[in-house]
Amino acid sequence: MKRKLPSITSKLMPIAAILLILVLWQTVSGTGLIAKFLLPSPVDIVKAFVADFPLLMGNAKVTLLEAFVGLAAGVLVGFFMAVLMDRFEWLYQALYPLVVLTQTVPTVAIAPLLVLWFGYEMLPKVILIVVVTFFPVTVSLLDGFRGADRDTIRLLRAMGASKMQIFRYVKFPGSLGQFFASLRISVSYAVVGAVISEWLGGFEGLGVYMIRVKKAFSFDKMFAVIFLISAISLLLMWAVNLLQRKCMPWEEKKESEDDR
Amino acid sequence: MANLKVADVTFAYEDTAIIENINLELHDRELVCLLGASGGGKTTLFHVISGLNRPQQGRVILDGEDITGRPGRISYMLQKDLLLPYRTIEDNVALPLLIKGEKEKAARQKAAPYFAQFGLEGTQKKYPHQLSGGMRQRAALLRTYLFSSGAALLDEPFSALDTLTKSSMHRWYLDVMENIHLSTLFITHDIDEAILLSDRIYLLTGKPGRITEEIVIREPKPRKEDFNLTEAFLEYKRKILEKL
Repeated sequence: MKRKLPSITSKLMPIAAILLILVLWQTVSGTGLIAKFLLPSPVDIVKAFVADFPLLMGNAKVTLLEAFVGLAAGVLVGFFMAVLMDRFEWLYQALYPLVVLTQTVPTVAIAPLLVLWFGYEMLPKVILIVVVTFFPVTVSLLDGFRGADRDTIRLLRAMGASKMQIFRYVKFPGSLGQFFASLRISVSYAVVGAVISEWLGGFEGLGVYMIRVKKAFSFDKMFAVIFLISAISLLLMWAVNLLQRKCMPWEEKKESEDDR
Repeated sequence: MANLKVADVTFAYEDTAIIENINLELHDRELVCLLGASGGGKTTLFHVISGLNRPQQGRVILDGEDITGRPGRISYMLQKDLLLPYRTIEDNVALPLLIKGEKEKAARQKAAPYFAQFGLEGTQKKYPHQLSGGMRQRAALLRTYLFSSGAALLDEPFSALDTLTKSSMHRWYLDVMENIHLSTLFITHDIDEAILLSDRIYLLTGKPGRITEEIVIREPKPRKEDFNLTEAFLEYKRKILEKL
């Protein structure tokens, strides 16, 4: 009985902290300590959210579509780059610095360029999301592939396994844990990437909505959309966790055993 | 049938010879032990025999066929069990069959009847981390056996186990070997283990490593449980200690 206590408190603690912050926020803003137009109260934000619900959902659909298409393309690109760079050492040496370099380019700076080149539709947004999401996937998969146990590879070679078979039976399944860790990062990058690219050119989407309400000084709606974006990211990360548990059943058995 | 012959093998790593002029033979269904100090080139020799490394000189011949530098012909079990943590025991054991190109289902079916023989009943759907060290080693041995075309190399298969598990594994191993067609060459640095299990023992000594002695253990099999307490056993041990 005593051993169960920490896990309950560990779940209660963050909830309590969030509630405390909300209560503080409501009193500060509700009593007029801080002007309402600068910092709307939580209740105002919920009201704004409900009032604009259909509009928010319509825009969210667009943003999510961009994020999904971009993420899928980014993961594919990331996966194939990792596979090729693992297979061919010269490719690794040639491309690795370049791959790192792409991550030093500020997203906000290239987004307008992409708009100029590819227009206001979906394409520039997808490209931007690919640029930000492939990197975590490539780097973590490469780490996993290259870190595969050398004795295990030796054993499979002694069995007469081809490089393809070694990849299939050792390198790939051994990297799944790292892959899902990177996917969790990429998912949130994809949502944020979609929003940023919408800021800098587009007709619909949560980013466009954000710019509009900002220009109207509707800070309550501004906060409503911020919370919506966070919620979407959290939901997607949770979905990745679910997918990971489905794809890696052996990890689950390990955990349940540790509990005993 | 599996007769293995290693003829005049020399292997050097960056100009330093690790093993030199190694000659040995493994006859059908024999259990032969390679005994020597750690770092004496035993594992290097296994890498050459298994085809992972090509020797600078000499040949490896299996049933009259030259297999020097050609992996995939002789099974090889490394010191660690090296079971893949993300595959169930049956899928781990069937891995060599998959690599030979068999379908997943056919490979599993082929492996299934051996689980009882190897004392692994009920472990098919478990993952490696759910088994004890001894059971994992059994699974690794079954995998090695399924991979084999009659000859197997075992690199210190029992050295990672505790003493009690080890002696029960020895008994288990001798039992399994009674009913199985396998020629085995195995490495150990444990003299007792070598005498207990082998038909013959090669001593590998010196730097670079050479085979300096061949000792035949003339004790009929299956060996009795108290063999290692008999005068004959001690006589062999004395002889080996003298030569090492």
